[in-house]
Amino acid sequence: MAILEVRNLHKSFGSNHVLKGIDFDLEEGKVLSVIGSSGSGKTTLLRCITSLEKADSGKITVNGNYVFDSENEHKLTKEEIRKNRLAVGLVFQSFNLFPQYTVLKNVTLACELQAKKRDEWRKNKKQILEEINSNAKDILAKVGLSEKLDSYPCQLSGGQQQRVSIARALAMNPDILFFDEPTSALDPELTGEILKVIKSLAAEKMTMVIVTHEMAFARDVSDHIIFMDGGVIVEQGDPEQVINNPQNERTKHFLNRFKENS
Amino acid sequence: MFWEVTIDLLRGFGTTVEIFALTLLGALPLGLIVCFGSMSKFAPLKWLIKTFVWVIRGTPLMLQLIVVFYGPGLVAAWAEDIANPNFIISWLASWSVMDRFTAVIIAFVINYACYFSEIYRGGIESIPQGQYEACQVLGMSKSQTFFKVILMQVVKRVIPPMGNEIITLVKDTSLARTIAVYEIIWSAQSFAKSDGLMWPMFYTAAFYLIFNGLLTVLFGKIEKKLNYYHN
Repeated sequence: MAILEVRNLHKSFGSNHVLKGIDFDLEEGKVLSVIGSSGSGKTTLLRCITSLEKADSGKITVNGNYVFDSENEHKLTKEEIRKNRLAVGLVFQSFNLFPQYTVLKNVTLACELQAKKRDEWRKNKKQILEEINSNAKDILAKVGLSEKLDSYPCQLSGGQQQRVSIARALAMNPDILFFDEPTSALDPELTGEILKVIKSLAAEKMTMVIVTHEMAFARDVSDHIIFMDGGVIVEQGDPEQVINNPQNERTKHFLNRFKENS
Repeated sequence: MFWEVTIDLLRGFGTTVEIFALTLLGALPLGLIVCFGSMSKFAPLKWLIKTFVWVIRGTPLMLQLIVVFYGPGLVAAWAEDIANPNFIISWLASWSVMDRFTAVIIAFVINYACYFSEIYRGGIESIPQGQYEACQVLGMSKSQTFFKVILMQVVKRVIPPMGNEIITLVKDTSLARTIAVYEIIWSAQSFAKSDGLMWPMFYTAAFYLIFNGLLTVLFGKIEKKLNYYHN
């Protein structure tokens, strides 16, 4: 069974119809890249799946649980909504780190707040906090930031900040990790370090959905590519095929423009 | 004579500091409540609060002092003229014997709460949406988001305008003499009236300057302390 199912998803902002019926599945352990020009609806799609925006109609399920379903009358409780949120992680284009906390605290904060709800919190407070800390340190080591635990976000480069934000999302142990143009706010020489981290996650079979403008990267890291234009999926399939041998005119046009620019 | 004047001015300045401290104590928290009211999604409440803030910020504090102090007495006089005063009028009339100092504190707290509320609002609204979204995807509740992530950043942002407003408050306390509360300007003035001495009035500046100097240093320290990060 697919870990993520999106069915006939629609979303409008006022009279602007941004998503016009999106359908796709994602299998566990796979990497999906979503490409397309600005305004094609890629980011809105991500924001609907991560519940930052409410879709107008359609259906989204993560791990078989409804995140959104316009047909189903059942209204999700606050607790269910929060549980759904925890099933997905999101890495923002602009990092959105908490500036007043250290790198380590940025990664542990949400985990600590979650842990307070556990029954054994009172009894094993110290032990739970230690677990959270050591887990966060492991993850930060994985993204190459062991040296920066006590730094503040403002003391880090953009690439380092984005790696902290990836670590922060990973610490919540999400089923699926989403990336919203994770390298778009970075200088070109810093994108490499982010792409390397994402590649290592892919090697560990982390399920990921990546909205990106890095075509070569999308081709190399993904199992599947979706090309969006004007709020619909125009073309999708095997990365080699979509990037190197697109069938649709709009895909060809888009990729050609990219080749000219790079 | 110098010492006599100094002692007397110090006594007056004691009242000044009292008005200052009590106003802060009341207006800092009340301002936050007014702020939440003015940002409420419930439109009638929001507009009621916004109108109130407009009235308070749009009229002189001196006038508000007079209204708070004399208003209830006028209501009482009017209540005696009508046959069946309702309980609101009776309640207001019962305030007519309020002492001058209480009136000053009530007027100052309300006035400064409105100014503070706007500073808070500016601070809260300047926090980027991305901070809220990051909290949301990390499964934090609204109150966790506000207290664990937003509040600290708001405090850092409102410290400079707050410092400004608080220094203004020190000087505004001199308005209390409008309703004959014995603060430092009043006590200096009494030397002019009884002994024909003008210099005690000029001398009061030293008291204000020293006090505001201390506040400036204090706010500088707080700002420096919060400077360990920037956005």
